[in-house]
Amino acid sequence: MNGNICQGGLFTLQESTVSENMENDSDKILDEVTSGDYKYGFYTDIEADQIAKGLNEDVVRMISQRKGEPGWLLEFRLRAYRHWLTMKMPGWANLKIPEIDYQDIIYYSAPRQKVAPGSLDEIDPELKKTFDRLGIPLDEQKHLSGVAVDAVMDSVSVATTFRETLAEMGIIFSSFSEAVKEYPDLVKRYLGSVVPYTDNYFAALNSAVFSDGSFCYIPKGVRCPMELSTYFRINAANTGQFERTLLVADEESYVSYLEGCTAPMRDENQLHAAVVEIVSERGAEVKYATVQNWYPGDKNGRGGIYNFVTKRGICKGDNSKISWTQVETGSAITWKYPSCILKGDNSVGEFYSVAVTNNHQQADTGTKMIHIGRNTRSTIVSKGISAGVSQNSYRGLVKVLKKASGARNFSQCDSLLLGDKCGAHTFPYIEVDNQTAVIEHEATTSKIGEDQIFYCNQRGISTEDAIGLIVNGYAREVINKLPMEFAVEAQKLLQISLEGSVG
Amino acid sequence: MLVIDNLKASINGKQILKGISLHVKEGEVHAIMGPNGSGKSTLAAILAGREFAAIDGGSVSYFGRNLLDMAPEERSRDGLFLGFQYPIEIPGVSMVNFMKTAINEHRKYRGLEPLSASDFLKLMREKKELVEIDSTLTNRSVNEGFSGGEKKKNEIFQMAMLEPRLAILDETDSGLDIDALRIVANGVNKLKRKDSSVIVITHYQRLLDFIVPDVVHVLYDGRIVKTAGKELALELEEKGYDWIKKEAEKTEESWRVNPQ
Ligand SMILES: Nc1ncnc2c1ncn2[C@@H]1O[C@H](COP(=O)(O)OP(=O)(O)OP(=O)(O)O)[C@@H](O)[C@H]1O
Ligand SMILES: [Mg+2]
Repeated sequence: MNGNICQGGLFTLQESTVSENMENDSDKILDEVTSGDYKYGFYTDIEADQIAKGLNEDVVRMISQRKGEPGWLLEFRLRAYRHWLTMKMPGWANLKIPEIDYQDIIYYSAPRQKVAPGSLDEIDPELKKTFDRLGIPLDEQKHLSGVAVDAVMDSVSVATTFRETLAEMGIIFSSFSEAVKEYPDLVKRYLGSVVPYTDNYFAALNSAVFSDGSFCYIPKGVRCPMELSTYFRINAANTGQFERTLLVADEESYVSYLEGCTAPMRDENQLHAAVVEIVSERGAEVKYATVQNWYPGDKNGRGGIYNFVTKRGICKGDNSKISWTQVETGSAITWKYPSCILKGDNSVGEFYSVAVTNNHQQADTGTKMIHIGRNTRSTIVSKGISAGVSQNSYRGLVKVLKKASGARNFSQCDSLLLGDKCGAHTFPYIEVDNQTAVIEHEATTSKIGEDQIFYCNQRGISTEDAIGLIVNGYAREVINKLPMEFAVEAQKLLQISLEGSVG
Repeated sequence: MLVIDNLKASINGKQILKGISLHVKEGEVHAIMGPNGSGKSTLAAILAGREFAAIDGGSVSYFGRNLLDMAPEERSRDGLFLGFQYPIEIPGVSMVNFMKTAINEHRKYRGLEPLSASDFLKLMREKKELVEIDSTLTNRSVNEGFSGGEKKKNEIFQMAMLEPRLAILDETDSGLDIDALRIVANGVNKLKRKDSSVIVITHYQRLLDFIVPDVVHVLYDGRIVKTAGKELALELEEKGYDWIKKEAEKTEESWRVNPQ
């Protein structure tokens, strides 16, 4: 743990002196651990509408053109692209990121559907089958009751369920592309308002080439009656996925949103650089949960997704609330800091995270809580679990501005180690400009005890199951924040991702 | 059901068990006593399958099977229960979840369906009454923040849930107050079936007033140096271990002079 003060501005986690924790150069340690099987590693052979590899202004224009976008959006993209050209990849994270050749990536790949689906029944059966296999049926009848899904494959949304049901309440839930067409004013008003394209390298890249994602608007006073969710699937090879999610909760509204993701197993790495923006107006509450299960690479560290994501929400109005919950088990490399800007007085930001790394995975994840309004409160609960030769870092910033009198933060950062070849690191940054603020930070590091496993064994529980139990017990506080159905999924996922990691 | 024959084991090259032989028949209660560090817990842990000691020789048969070849979880499912001298805490894992997982693993082993939630809760309630364990304890995480005595009671509760054929209770009595001691002992007696056996490891005759052993063994320096009826426990209570130690050392010397 170190207590470096971050000099950063509001919107960037700045480079800081974190190199002292780069101690584990353990690439050469090829353990005999057999990792659990990744169940979602299949590939769907479906014709795709793709553009050639490479990135330049023409590519940006081409993406915009394929999507039939209005001029202002193309302008936004081009500005972002030009800005991106002036930037360098951030180097401050506790990550070893191999050189990425941005010219070797396909920036647009859309599964070709014979006819554009007018209704859910017209979706390509092959696509339907794919999502069925992923446990995400696109038939409304078959679906988990009370969950609406936007299914995104590679660069485009292929289906959104329950749109009509939701529309009756004035809730807009659609793919980003459709929202641009149907609600241009709303999109224009909020796009880039929380994560400007100047924010960071990957946000700039995303702003230039983003292809699809979900858009959601909850009108004043409406409590969204079902879970909204987006399921992201990378399918095509050599493509990057750059999706954009924009979620606006108007005054006194409520929504709970869930995002899931998987990708085929491939030997090469694939880039996923998403942006999520949330706006919570006066008295509104947004719960945003992620179960991230991108392909993590094989047990020798070959392949896997680079998950470089910018997620941020603003509690714009008084008494508003944003709560992030994430269960991160996948990806070869994760770089992600879902954050809250607590602008409204009495607004509340929460971050609950479980991040698992096994084999050669690396994660540098955490949050930023920016207290601007008075009596703003934030809670951070981060549970890192490292196994294999993985590296797992928590990085968090709690910043209290001058006017934020009465601000409070509680942070709890725990690390659990399985085995002794992995690493856990904590980088908390605290910046306080108001003397009335109360900041509490607790951190622990523990190991799964051999004695705990034996105790379980002695009661008839196998070692694999024992690890599952112990890890889920450790992560319970976070898992409990997930909607019921997903909590069960997340528990299984935790167990699977750690299979073979001990003894 | 359990035949231990000349079992030898060492930890980090140091010999801890130096040739233990013990025969437990169905329905019997055996007590193992002996000074601190003599190897009682080591023996219990080896029987339960903890891999911390190297087996240097000897054999253990459990209902005719080679116990030492069985994985610890299989020993448990096959009816071997160890009440830990120092029960382990598992934060965040509720007793309910823990026991449900355990019970269902045991049932699966016997080819039975998992218990329904309501049947499971009913079973829990029953067994809680049997060992008079506080309801709130089972709503908490496994042993987390339990007092010493509560942990021991919780071991007996788990034993009640799993209904073992062979229970090895490692100092389940230490740390218990007088009432708890009686409750725990009563629990063990009630759980005792004609075909099940118990090995109690204890330092105190007191427990043996409640759980009456058929045989008492004294383990000293990795060997069973004396085996007798329940009156041996009384004798030890009165005279301590010195006389046993002396006797044992004499045998040791004569053995050195005339190695067989
Ligand atoms: N994991 C270990 N590593 C090293 N030595 C050990 C280990 N476990 C036990 N020992 C040693 O083995 C010997 C026997 O210990 P054991 O715990 O079996 O004794 P015990 O008879 O149960 O004693 P007590 O009555 O105090 O519980 C002791 O000398 C102890 O220090
Ligand atoms: Mg002992």
